This record gives sequence, C-alpha cells and structure tokens, in this order.
Amino acid sequence: MVKAVTGFGRSGLYDWFIQRVSAVVLVAYTLFIVGFIFLSKDFGYASWSALFEQRWVRVFSLVALISTLAHAWIGLWSVVTDYLTNRMMGGKATVLRILVEVLLGAVAVFYAVWGFEILWGV
Amino acid sequence: MNKNRPVNLDISTIKLPAPALVSILHRISGVVLFAVVALLLCMLDSSLESEQGFNKVAAFFTSVPAKLVLWASLAALIYHLVAGVRHLIMDLGVGESLEGGRRGAVIVLVLSVVLILLAGVLVW
Repeated sequence: MVKAVTGFGRSGLYDWFIQRVSAVVLVAYTLFIVGFIFLSKDFGYASWSALFEQRWVRVFSLVALISTLAHAWIGLWSVVTDYLTNRMMGGKATVLRILVEVLLGAVAVFYAVWGFEILWGV
Repeated sequence: MNKNRPVNLDISTIKLPAPALVSILHRISGVVLFAVVALLLCMLDSSLESEQGFNKVAAFFTSVPAKLVLWASLAALIYHLVAGVRHLIMDLGVGESLEGGRRGAVIVLVLSVVLILLAGVLVW
C-alpha cells in the first residue's frame, strides 16, 4: 500500500474527517460574516471594527482561517495527486508534484501568519 | 498490484454528465478560492486598519474590473459552498442513489446560478 506522506491527516479517513469538520466551520463563518454585513443597520467602519474587537470573533476568524488552510491542503493534495501523475508526464511528475506541494504549503503558512497579524493587529 | 491496469482519466475523452460537471467545477472553484484568500486577507487588513482604509476598500470596488473580480470570487465561494453542502448531505445518506446523485447535481447547478446572479445584483 502506498503511504500518503504528503497527505494532511496521514490517512484518507482522517483527511475525510478534517475535510468535513472544516467545511462545517466554514459554512458557519461564511453565514456569520454575510449575515452581519446584511443585518447591521449601518454597516461601516465603526460596526465592522467593533465586531473584530471582540475576542471571540477574532478566535472564530482564526479558526475559520486555519480550517480554510487544512481544507485547502486536502483538496489541493487530491488535485495535484490526480493530475500531476507519472502516468501523464513520466518520472519528473513526482518532483514537480513535491515542488508544487512545498510551494502551496509555503503560501498556506504565509496566509496563516498574515491572518494572525491582521486579527491581533501588529 | 498490477501496474498495467487500464485507466482513463483523460478528461477530454470523458463525457460530462451533471454529477461530473458538479465535481470538476467543485475542484476548479476550490483552487480559485485558495488564491482568493489573499484578496480576502488584503481586504480584511485594510478594512480593519483605519476608517480611511475601510473607505479605500469600499471605493476600490466601485470600478467595473474590481466588481468583476469580486463577483467572480463570490461566484467561486457560492458554488463551492453549495456543492460542498451537497457532499455533507450525501454523507448523511441522502441522495446517494444514481438518480439521487443526478438530481442533487442539477439542484446544485440551478441553485448556484440563482445565488450567483443574486450576488451580481448586490455587487452592482
């Protein structure tokens, strides 16, 4: 059996589970933000910044961002594993796939640090 | 494992019935959304920085090209969310039959188009 060394949860079952849990978090967060924008009477800088001054909103936002990155990692792993294959482009596909995954991982880390900096204001 | 199993993952030779179309669009919108995170973080950064920053983001989205980018991003988000909810519903055992899969796929496509058009109205 092939070991999914670049998978997120170390096994397909964990990946499946993380994918679902993060999806539910992201649906909740999307509805929360969209709901806030539409339901606030005078949506503007004052109400928007007041929202993010609350700690639970920052925590919820950070959890949503981390969910996004875990969710994206699993999804992007599936995509590169399906399309950047040895069958399609020979042995160099493995090298290319690893490079792409490293690059995507770097972007994910960058997003996480950036998001944390925004939410906890540097 | 037999390494010479016949495979056909050449998408150009595969017909795309509704469930296949829903699946490939789910992947494409997912890849797009990973890039859109940068745009969202940019907007969040400016909008929380100061009142001027907030107004700058609002002003930026009055131009037509910016509105198109925003609408395309919202379209990817809406589609990915609707198709994702279908996955969650199917995980609960609903609509797993061949016919249920087809019906679910058509519902996803119709519902997304309606919501994406609605988002377009709101953006403009």
